[in-house]
Amino acid sequence: MKPAAFKYMRADSLEEALSVLAKYGDDVRVMAGGQSLGAMLNMRIVSPSILLDINRIFALSKIESSDTLVTGAMVRQADALSDAIVRREAGLLAQALPHVGHYQTRNRGTLGGSVAHADPSAEIALVLATLGGEIELRSARRVRRVAAKQFFRSSLVTSRGGDELITALYWPGASPDQRTAFVEFAVREGDFAIVAIACVFQEVAGRMRLGFGGCGEVPQVVEIPITTGTSTRSVEEIAQHLSKQLECRSDLLASSDYRRSLATTLARNAMMASMEKARADA
Amino acid sequence: MLEVEAGAKTLIRFTLNGKPVQTEAETRMQLADLLRHVLKQYGTHVGCEHGICGACTVLVDGRAVRSCLMFAPQVEGATVITIEGIAGEDSELNDLQMAFRKHHALQCGFCTPGILASATQFLKERADVDEQETRGMLSGHICRCTGYSSIVEAILATAKSRKTQNHEPNSTERDK
Repeated sequence: MKPAAFKYMRADSLEEALSVLAKYGDDVRVMAGGQSLGAMLNMRIVSPSILLDINRIFALSKIESSDTLVTGAMVRQADALSDAIVRREAGLLAQALPHVGHYQTRNRGTLGGSVAHADPSAEIALVLATLGGEIELRSARRVRRVAAKQFFRSSLVTSRGGDELITALYWPGASPDQRTAFVEFAVREGDFAIVAIACVFQEVAGRMRLGFGGCGEVPQVVEIPITTGTSTRSVEEIAQHLSKQLECRSDLLASSDYRRSLATTLARNAMMASMEKARADA
Repeated sequence: MLEVEAGAKTLIRFTLNGKPVQTEAETRMQLADLLRHVLKQYGTHVGCEHGICGACTVLVDGRAVRSCLMFAPQVEGATVITIEGIAGEDSELNDLQMAFRKHHALQCGFCTPGILASATQFLKERADVDEQETRGMLSGHICRCTGYSSIVEAILATAKSRKTQNHEPNSTERDK
């Protein structure tokens, strides 16, 4: 399968890319790593009149950390995975990245591209939402930052305006008492996760944030009070209670009942894993 | 900024297997098709054309990527290595290829050029390789003949022999 013809525009700078978006808006599809978009073009699921290639905007490939870890939209998943700053500042992201696609697609796929695509089972979006991160959007008119919670609207639908480009992702810093876990289940390694769970346990504060991916159209994040002393039985009950309230979709991979059952098991496993880490480090 | 109208061809210059190439193609042409149909390098195989099967994997600037998910103008200025460039200049099989032969890591061979591209990068970037990690890397390829075990064996054996012999990479490998 080959893509339908498109006008190809390759921006060498952010300004050029933003001017193309300002002029042509929704007629444009932005190509970052192209690991989802390339397949969609080949299958003609999308046939944009303009393909805007942003792979030569090197300013978008930076990883910086002052107060908050900021990753440029074009940081490749493989580069994030091997980056010492990412591992230190965003351990949960480093834990999730090996589940993103395959070794070969991570070589090309980007953090910003995955967020822009907004697949319901995407791990990067799930981690960003669970950590309470933000997406930086730029247009020729303005720059704004949107909380991940507000950004993801539905499956493959975000609040990005037609003239906007995702330029960076903000990953809130970890508190010293923070322990994280990431678990998911897919039919084969690298396949779309049927359910993925991101877990952030703040031991001292006595609370835990759980992000559920793959279940609904967008990541679902809940916060609960919990301590290292919470019994295994209580953890199981909490997992069951949380899963009952989840929005769970049915598709070719799994029914909503199956997703809910899987979410219960994986949430329990993630909670136990993060609590176990806290105990081990105590 | 490069702007190419729909249906129009554009000039593409890059290095393919150590040699400079200058060619023209429509911008919607997949890199896999540029390699096969325009440059007549048929060693790169095309399976699914949507990034799942891994057959078309080649090395672009040293990284294993799906050549069906890159479009022709995206390799402008890049260094591309296909299966035709993985062996030495004299076309002798390299140590990894020899290990594939020794361990029966291929049968029909359709998936092999892609797997060799991935394994080349994988072995180059790490001195120690374990089975789990190797299987993780191989999850990006579909092989319907071998059941993968022999491929894992070949890769692990190559890593081991490179480590013990302090293997000196040949010139084509160094270029990657």
